[in-house]
Amino acid sequence: MTALKVRDLSKTFPIGGGLLGRARAGVRAVRPMSFEVQTGETLGIVGESGCGKSTLARMLVGLLEPTTGRIEIEDRPLDNADPAAFGKLIQYVFQDPVSSLNPRKTIKQIMEAPLKRLYGLDAEERMGRIREIFASVNLREEFLDRYPHEFSGGQAQRIGIARALAAAPRIIILDEPVSALDVSVQAQVLNLLAGLREEFNLTYLFISHDLAVVEAVSDRIMVLYFGSVVEIGPAEEVFKTPRHPYTKLLADSAPVVGRALSAPEQKDSELPDPLNPPTGCAFAGRCPRATERCLTAEPELKPLGEHQLAACHHPLEG
Amino acid sequence: MTTFLKLLFRNRLAAVGAVVLAAILLLALITPILPLADPDVTATADRFQRPFSTGHLLGTDHLGRDLLSRLLWGTRLSLAVGIVAALVAATIGSGIGIVAGYFGGRTDNIIMRGVDMLMAFPYILLALAIVAALGPGLMNALIAVAAVNIPFFARNIRGVTVGLAGREFIDAARLAGMGHTRIILTELLPNVLSTIVIAMSTTVGWMILETAGLSFLGLGSQPPQADLGSMLGEARSALITNPHTSVVPGIMIFLIVMSINLLGDGVRDALDPRLRSGALTRPRAVTLVDRRGNVPHADQKGLLNIQQLETQFHVGPRVYRAVNKVSLHVNPGEALGVIGESGSGKSVTALSVMGLVASPPGVITGGAVRYEGEDLLAASYDSLRRKRGNNVAYIFQDPLSTLHPLYRVGDQLIEAIQAHHKVPDAEAKARAIELLKAVRIPNPESRIRNFPHEMSGGMRQRVGIAMALANDPDVIIADEPTTALDVTVQAQILSLLDDLRRERGLAIIFITHDFGVVAQLCDRVAVMYAGRIVEEGPTATILEHPAHPYTKRLMACVPELGGGKRELAAIPGLPPVVSDLPPGCAFAPRCTKATEACQQGEIDLAGTATHTVRCIHPEEELA
Repeated sequence: MTALKVRDLSKTFPIGGGLLGRARAGVRAVRPMSFEVQTGETLGIVGESGCGKSTLARMLVGLLEPTTGRIEIEDRPLDNADPAAFGKLIQYVFQDPVSSLNPRKTIKQIMEAPLKRLYGLDAEERMGRIREIFASVNLREEFLDRYPHEFSGGQAQRIGIARALAAAPRIIILDEPVSALDVSVQAQVLNLLAGLREEFNLTYLFISHDLAVVEAVSDRIMVLYFGSVVEIGPAEEVFKTPRHPYTKLLADSAPVVGRALSAPEQKDSELPDPLNPPTGCAFAGRCPRATERCLTAEPELKPLGEHQLAACHHPLEG
Repeated sequence: MTTFLKLLFRNRLAAVGAVVLAAILLLALITPILPLADPDVTATADRFQRPFSTGHLLGTDHLGRDLLSRLLWGTRLSLAVGIVAALVAATIGSGIGIVAGYFGGRTDNIIMRGVDMLMAFPYILLALAIVAALGPGLMNALIAVAAVNIPFFARNIRGVTVGLAGREFIDAARLAGMGHTRIILTELLPNVLSTIVIAMSTTVGWMILETAGLSFLGLGSQPPQADLGSMLGEARSALITNPHTSVVPGIMIFLIVMSINLLGDGVRDALDPRLRSGALTRPRAVTLVDRRGNVPHADQKGLLNIQQLETQFHVGPRVYRAVNKVSLHVNPGEALGVIGESGSGKSVTALSVMGLVASPPGVITGGAVRYEGEDLLAASYDSLRRKRGNNVAYIFQDPLSTLHPLYRVGDQLIEAIQAHHKVPDAEAKARAIELLKAVRIPNPESRIRNFPHEMSGGMRQRVGIAMALANDPDVIIADEPTTALDVTVQAQILSLLDDLRRERGLAIIFITHDFGVVAQLCDRVAVMYAGRIVEEGPTATILEHPAHPYTKRLMACVPELGGGKRELAAIPGLPPVVSDLPPGCAFAPRCTKATEACQQGEIDLAGTATHTVRCIHPEEELA
């Protein structure tokens, strides 16, 4: 079954324009993109800072109004106006676990909010649910009366995950959920997430800049560059036989034990300027395979290989 | 609450203010039950009696009314009006501020422009205009004073709210199904309450003064009712002949406003978390050195040689042993990696080298740091300052917070050069361009005029590296220089650092949590856990044959590209807090190989000349 279907979703942020003036131009943070995620699947979303991955995530949970496009969850289109309708279907786990918890509230108050607001449970039912959820994320009940600053990053992130679970969503968006954590704790949280997915039959969108982490948890991977999908496909194929030169650059840049140090591209390349976007393929300025055509025509996503799609005029051989 | 009072009373002036204000408030409260003359009964025969005359302790005014009685009743009224005005202004102003800050965008714009218009009038004129429109009277004066002070609260609270509204817990509350009203009341309000209290405590004084001002002009309380302002106003005509009628209410206004302001400052200092954490006590220029034991002898190892270094943080009664007998050395042209998780003491070790650990609370309690044999911990501040940047330079994690946002990067580079070398501006500028070229920034001639915010993260970190290179140091200490950067940029920066050390024979101490980075850049690596080095040796050896169980399991936790979807190895438990370390091996509680012997007594670093480990059950026997 299709858990999430996105059609032509895009976001343009207006720039300039004050109280009376009209916004003149806009930054296209997310260019129109379409994709589907199956129930029980983990879609890894990879890209560097400024590629639009957080904007996409915030649109999917209704925190940001899309400029164009539609979001369907389990074949029902979402009503953009009602955040509670989003809340029951799709939840969000934040990057910074401590800043996602209100410093003035106890863990119990934080956990109760979704149960009370989204489901209207009474006090006893709420406590029962919280007990169940805390058991699944390995948190002790005595934590409930404490305040967020008393927890380490790993514990706070588990509380964040518990809060997302309390809404009993179908889909959870994990926005860099482990990048603020230490390596030894990161693995604990990733394994916990994998276990919860089985237990509650969840669908994950896992956003990260760390390719190795994404690979370890994802079924399929979507690579974003400058607000567009440049490659999408099954995890093992995308990293084994990347079709888009950018995917290859990403994979080659990750520091790996036992590989000699070498800069995989020219040492002075920079991301394109969002205020003054290049015509044609946004990656052309950094791409070793770029030709005249790449500078003028924007490449479309097209199938390459069995399940892979890439947006490139000169894709790499499989 | 008791800590709040303790902090408050540590400020002597605030304590004086509190005592004076409490006395005045008490007097105002008990005024109705005091045996005082009626404040409004006139007796023209007794007019202008001097203070301390019989029956009138403070004398009488121009109508023969008892000044003491009028003073106390007047104070009561002035305080009540001032406090009520402050409450009204705070409530309305904070409400406007929270709404504007939370909704942002157009709502914010419209509201705040309205507030700006209110602020554009001189406040006393505005108050006069309001009273003129409403007619004189104490109630109208109160409304005027409150209205005039609303913008102050609105702007203050809006500023705080804007910062909070962007925080993730507000998004989380929205996803939990809360509506706007509920988010404002239960998520935002508790977080801005302390700011409101602080703003109020500093403005009550003004408001009393402003009400007095209006009454002085005859627009506030109407005769015969007394408040401090109207008393002054009535006494004005007799200022020269009978000064005591003006001096008495004048002193009272002075006492009230002064005590409120002193107390308000104290409250602000005690409540503001930034001030509470000790930001007012500026750290010293050099970390405090208080070595108890013997200073280790020079052992001719390396260019920079850290010997048995101990750095602690003394916070209240607790002692955090952040760095515990750490010994490291680095040779010219060598890259030494220091790897560890957060709280392992790797950054504090690095900062201790040049005395950059903030003191208080940091104290270096033992060991030595030798640069070319000279003990830096014993060096004077001047000699240390000459070496900072010139011999040993740092690169920090976040280039955005280490570069000054208001100066052009070129000017910052020139400043770094001229701090150590007296060179003319033109020469320094040429050198700055050369440096930017050396770190491979394209178009250095024009980039030199950029502000930090005009550059990307990778470019900024290059400027950070250029600045570290500015005075041709021999040692560079890089503290997680690539952690905040994207992988493609990280690869560029790492290869740049590698080239630089080969070209210039730099010694690099590279602090990181990433084994991949260490493997690519470093010749030797030291692994730290809970303030101690648990293993040290050549990078290749340690990566292939880790001897300490912690090293081995930490490496297993790191997912490596090409492994496919899988269960990852994890280390259960958390790293210990360094204020309360168990005896023996700090890793023992999380270690599968731990035996009773592991938690008894000191375990030494042992092994070969190049590869050492602090473990009695190592994974590999080092002979």
